[in-house]
Amino acid sequence: MAKVIVDVVLKDEILDPQGDAISRALPRMGFTFSPTSVRQGKSFIITLDHQPSRDELSEIERAAATLLSNPVIESFSIRVEN
Amino acid sequence: MRVGVVTFPGTLDDHDAARAVRFAGGEALSLWHGDSDLQGVAGVILPGGFSYGDYLRCGAIARFSPIMSAIIPAAEKGLPVLGICNGFQVLCESHLLPGALTRNSELHFLCRDQEIEIVNNESAWTSDFSVGERITIPLKNGEGSFQCDDRTLNELESNNRVIARYVGINPNGSRNSIAGITNARGNVVGVMPHPEHAVDPLTGPTADGLAFFTSLMKTRV
Repeated sequence: MAKVIVDVVLKDEILDPQGDAISRALPRMGFTFSPTSVRQGKSFIITLDHQPSRDELSEIERAAATLLSNPVIESFSIRVEN
Repeated sequence: MRVGVVTFPGTLDDHDAARAVRFAGGEALSLWHGDSDLQGVAGVILPGGFSYGDYLRCGAIARFSPIMSAIIPAAEKGLPVLGICNGFQVLCESHLLPGALTRNSELHFLCRDQEIEIVNNESAWTSDFSVGERITIPLKNGEGSFQCDDRTLNELESNNRVIARYVGINPNGSRNSIAGITNARGNVVGVMPHPEHAVDPLTGPTADGLAFFTSLMKTRV
């Protein structure tokens, strides 16, 4: 069994008002670390009952580039967890 | 003239869009998201709402619906298509229009009457306006901030592809206060505020939005 995790985040140059709001909320709530910025994204956890083959990983990459992310505003990365 | 109005699961404004078509003197034909036959319509409206519950991203699922698989190639061949609000988001996700609509800069869902200025009256949906004309129509969305890279923005600006801008304070952080854009050919238009809610002073703030629909009647009679 393996989990293929696709992380999607807004590109650096795209305004992220949700991340900015979180960044402002942290010190207000008493957290003492001071982030220079917070970016909010989302993860897709795809579970397989086997280790993904190279072909399957490239299919997942294609799904990430077409459905799971919008390449105009978002970038993605893929990692496999056993 | 028959104009198709698409209904996706979660579409809200299809009835008002159909009413706007009738007010403009056209015949509105309902198109279902699961069908792939455009039934010979002379134009298509993708109305506002929350297609497929805005799952994944606004407009992302609608892009892959059977009706969009018919609309995309027809639009590329010149069929007039107007996307309003969620419809604009669907057009961007379909790559019929560049850029993307993201969360409003102040994070709030906005619902108010908004003044916009028409800056291009050469598209299929804006020919009945004058350049510089200011109109007031409802704006109601949570993800209406138009974003694109610098190269795309330059391309839009230098080729007169911005059709409308917000007047006064930029309500949502859209680049260059863009409220609506068109494709290179001028047949596909996306607009964030809602002209279909402003076709009759009895039910809307103005009747300023009607000219979007009367423009189409003149485009392809």
